[in-house]
Amino acid sequence: MKYRSVFDIIGPVMIGPSSSHTAGAARIGRVARKLFGGTPKKADITLYGSFAETYKGHGTDVALVAGILNFGTDDPRLPQALEMAREQGMAVHFEADRETHPDHPNTVRLRLSNEQNTLEAVGVSIGGGKIEIIEVDGFSISLTGSNPALLVLHRDKYGAVAEAAGLIAKYEMNISYMEVSRHEKGHTAMMVIQTDEEISEGLAAEIAALPNMLQVAVLS
Amino acid sequence: MFQTVKELVQLAEDRNWLVSEAMIQTEMETTGKSREEIFSRMSGNLDVMERAVARGIGEEVRSHSGLTGGDARLLQDYLSSGRSLSGSVLLDAVSKAMATNEVNAAMGTICATPTAGSAGVVPGVLFGLRACLCPDRNQMVRFLFTAGAFGFVVANNASISGAAGGCQAEVGSATGMAAAAAVEMAGGTADQSAQAMAIALGNMLGLICDPVAGLVEVPCVKRNAIGASSAIVAADMALAGIKSKIPCDEVIGAMYRVGQMMPAAFRETAQGGLAATPTGRVLKKKIFESAERSSSAGRR
Repeated sequence: MKYRSVFDIIGPVMIGPSSSHTAGAARIGRVARKLFGGTPKKADITLYGSFAETYKGHGTDVALVAGILNFGTDDPRLPQALEMAREQGMAVHFEADRETHPDHPNTVRLRLSNEQNTLEAVGVSIGGGKIEIIEVDGFSISLTGSNPALLVLHRDKYGAVAEAAGLIAKYEMNISYMEVSRHEKGHTAMMVIQTDEEISEGLAAEIAALPNMLQVAVLS
Repeated sequence: MFQTVKELVQLAEDRNWLVSEAMIQTEMETTGKSREEIFSRMSGNLDVMERAVARGIGEEVRSHSGLTGGDARLLQDYLSSGRSLSGSVLLDAVSKAMATNEVNAAMGTICATPTAGSAGVVPGVLFGLRACLCPDRNQMVRFLFTAGAFGFVVANNASISGAAGGCQAEVGSATGMAAAAAVEMAGGTADQSAQAMAIALGNMLGLICDPVAGLVEVPCVKRNAIGASSAIVAADMALAGIKSKIPCDEVIGAMYRVGQMMPAAFRETAQGGLAATPTGRVLKKKIFESAERSSSAGRR
């Protein structure tokens, strides 16, 4: 089931005009920001499908940037996000790719960077403000958004997975699905952990504080 | 837990619950949250809807493009003249649906039901029926749980995305949800709610998503308006004992398949329908030219 809560249907409370092109976009931007770990110096954003055709009219560009600036879907500052990004010294570049046809029409690729780090994520806005993240830093993931989830970028070292799982158990939460992938032994790896219960920011912060963890993002 | 309308109605009948109660119980079960927490969150959403309606009919709301705004007030003025053809309940609901969507188009705060582009229908019907049904606060919050229960089935078995399924998936779903909730608030049965949803959604099949200039304004505001009126009429039909010959779940399935067969031009790409009319194209050109001018002025 893609939608699990009545508040996916009656909600979110949001700044208009579009739940998929504005609220969903803001949520994708915010997840990318969490995975990047702060406000980037530069955001290169590629839009596909309906996003590519109508992003200006729906304020998709504004909303993505608002998410990257850590604004929620109902933040009254959302309409001013492009100006605020400029003030904060974040360079934003948009490209509408009308040649590539992704599986879902509302797809966006975000590349966030500063002098030290780069993060690339692909998000899909599936309707009503609900989102899915299908790729992070070249890792294909299947984060369907049907359960609360933790995305953890970490060093590929022994104990990293066990320590994260241990903290989840300490919070008395049940893992319903878990996926660990890496590009190369000993480098960066990615954990996708879905749980039955809602994930608190407190748990996310505790996991982030563990050795070997690089970035943690919560998707509810 | 329910996955279909049939299961939802069965659950309500077996336990002697209202549909809203079945939704609340399911939400408690899946999230582990308390009834109070769930109820108060929905009550907060109701507050947001009420403020959006009040703003849309009380203030001079205009979108950035200038395409929409002020029509909800026009209708309120007309209503108070006492000359309306379709009656005060229907037109008040229509006006309040438009008020919500006008606020949405102006980048105001709304509650998506099930989406932002279709956010007017459910509150329009709810606040439109307030004068004749005199619901208490509890019943008004329950209206939203009932609407949510039916929307939940549509979202999981079909789609609530205009980009995936056209306007039938958005305003169509919202109209069905509002019709079902109106039945419960008027004292109808769970099955009558399902009939109202089937009648309302069945009448919206094939509705395309064709926003002029890609904006959630034209025809979205007026589609919500007429959606609200259809919802009330469908609720009345179901309350009168009229049944949909095609079961509600099959209507939802039909909506999904129609959406899949819909060309991309009719799925929120602003390439077909009203968006592609001569006037639609002229409006798009005007809006984006003036947007370019104002953003280059902003840079200087």
